[in-house]
Amino acid sequence: MALDNVWVFAETADGAVKTITLEMLAKAREIADEVACFYAGDGDDVAETVGEHGAGTVFATGDIDDGLLGPAVAGALAAKIEADGAPDLIMLGTTYDGRDVAGRLSAKLGAPVITNIVDIEVDGDDVVGVEPVFGGTTNVKTKFTGDAVKIVLVRPKSFAAEPAGGSEADVEDLDVPDLGATGAAKVTARHVEETTGPKLEEAAIVVSGGRGLGEQSKYVMVEELAKLLKAAPGASRAIVDAGWVPYSYQVGQTGKVVKPTVYIAAGISGATQHMVGMKGAKYIIAINKDKEAPIFSIADLGIVGDVHKVMPKLIEALQGR
Amino acid sequence: MHVVVCVKQIPDPAEPGSLDPATKTLKRTGNIILDESDSYGVEMALQLVDSAGGGTVSLVSMAPGGETKGLRTALAMGAADAILVSDPALSGTDALGTAKVLAAAIARKSPDLVLTATESSDGYTGTVPSQIAELMGLPSVTFAKSIVIDGQSVNVERQTESGYDEVTCPLPAVVSVTAGVVEPRYPSFKGIMAAKSKPVEELTVADLGLSGDDVGWAGGGQEIVAIEAAEARAAGRVVEDEGEGYAEIVSFLENLKVI
Repeated sequence: MALDNVWVFAETADGAVKTITLEMLAKAREIADEVACFYAGDGDDVAETVGEHGAGTVFATGDIDDGLLGPAVAGALAAKIEADGAPDLIMLGTTYDGRDVAGRLSAKLGAPVITNIVDIEVDGDDVVGVEPVFGGTTNVKTKFTGDAVKIVLVRPKSFAAEPAGGSEADVEDLDVPDLGATGAAKVTARHVEETTGPKLEEAAIVVSGGRGLGEQSKYVMVEELAKLLKAAPGASRAIVDAGWVPYSYQVGQTGKVVKPTVYIAAGISGATQHMVGMKGAKYIIAINKDKEAPIFSIADLGIVGDVHKVMPKLIEALQGR
Repeated sequence: MHVVVCVKQIPDPAEPGSLDPATKTLKRTGNIILDESDSYGVEMALQLVDSAGGGTVSLVSMAPGGETKGLRTALAMGAADAILVSDPALSGTDALGTAKVLAAAIARKSPDLVLTATESSDGYTGTVPSQIAELMGLPSVTFAKSIVIDGQSVNVERQTESGYDEVTCPLPAVVSVTAGVVEPRYPSFKGIMAAKSKPVEELTVADLGLSGDDVGWAGGGQEIVAIEAAEARAAGRVVEDEGEGYAEIVSFLENLKVI
């Protein structure tokens, strides 16, 4: 049983189609006969890649210039749906812009959004989203009811991105209507924060620090270990909220989802909010002085000890190699 | 300068949460507190009103059972008053229904600026800020790490995946505030005492001109069909550090051939 058609929000970063888009396309072509993308930009820039991953068509708005994507894409899509009808399902990634588009579109169409999903089950016309709660210990399955358009927000790393060998997608124009006040926010400057080393979401090894580090200056241990392992440094929400490291370092429900080969948690107790973002790691190593810490219940190797003693020795041992 | 902050009162995340198998909603029987994520919006609003040289901060909240403890915390921080939409019909309300309720309540205050968190700590859909903005016909800027009022506009540094964007937006507008960008103040004793007598206007769904079809399970367009245990991850080896704990990690990494 399959859906007739699914539309996927295509996003790019540094000119390349984002992995989350390709992950969603892999699932979309599994559950639907026809897959299309919608994109805020020049459709020709993404047509080859999304076509290779199974999209037959790209609806493209052209350059949005200095506008924010949320109201523009939602406005354009709502107009298209009004004119040509809705697909069986609209998929967007849990990204900064994906959520904005989903929220605006939902309000425009009176359509429900099932959020944070990691899987989609289709049975006849029924569409069910699977959402992990309580740190991933429980899955909640939610079915769409009623006749409204169905929208899902998909967590990154939920599906494996794989090319399907399709040809370049057709490009169709998607007109952005007059947005009135809702489109009044304008970007006046863009800043790229320089990062060195691998990206948190893509690194094979991630080393994260938490409150157990005791103070901000100790985070340097996490950075040093990460450097030695060619890993990306990450953080728990507690130390992000405390201002020790920027939000972009945060791993967890409210931060980034990571699925590295090895995840090293230093001084992290394992709040559910953190675990949901990293329990997909192949191997988990935890260092924490509290042997009752929840992190040990999912760690492959748990060291019950003081991070201030274990980490320096570990760093020294690796430096000597 | 009149700022409305949307705040949510949630079961204390320090206590283990559970779903009610009958209603399939999060149990709200334990200690209900102000969502920490919202304390940043409250603090930001107080600072903005301060630098504008005057104005008020109002709270808007929704809770099925008339809970006010979390609201009192935000009032003790310095907010002037609150609207609490409370109605048994709200149980099971999804993000869009929540946005409808909050938008209708916010409209009564005609604010210059609406602040929210980026997402709640319990439901974390993250769609409510843009849903409110769309329902009210307002512009919105999400994931703000800095907010400055400049006459009839607001200048926001908006978090992005690679850094941040500077965004300027005419008022009124909806802005969602990233956790950790300001240091929420602790309520003073004086603030706590004053909060007890600050006005909290309790409204029902009908008071807002909404019908039962807009909210609750009926308004949701979605239904929880199953709650299942996820595939569990087994615990591995746990070792007490006697000075050689680091060597365990080194050999573990060696076995994986990552070093």
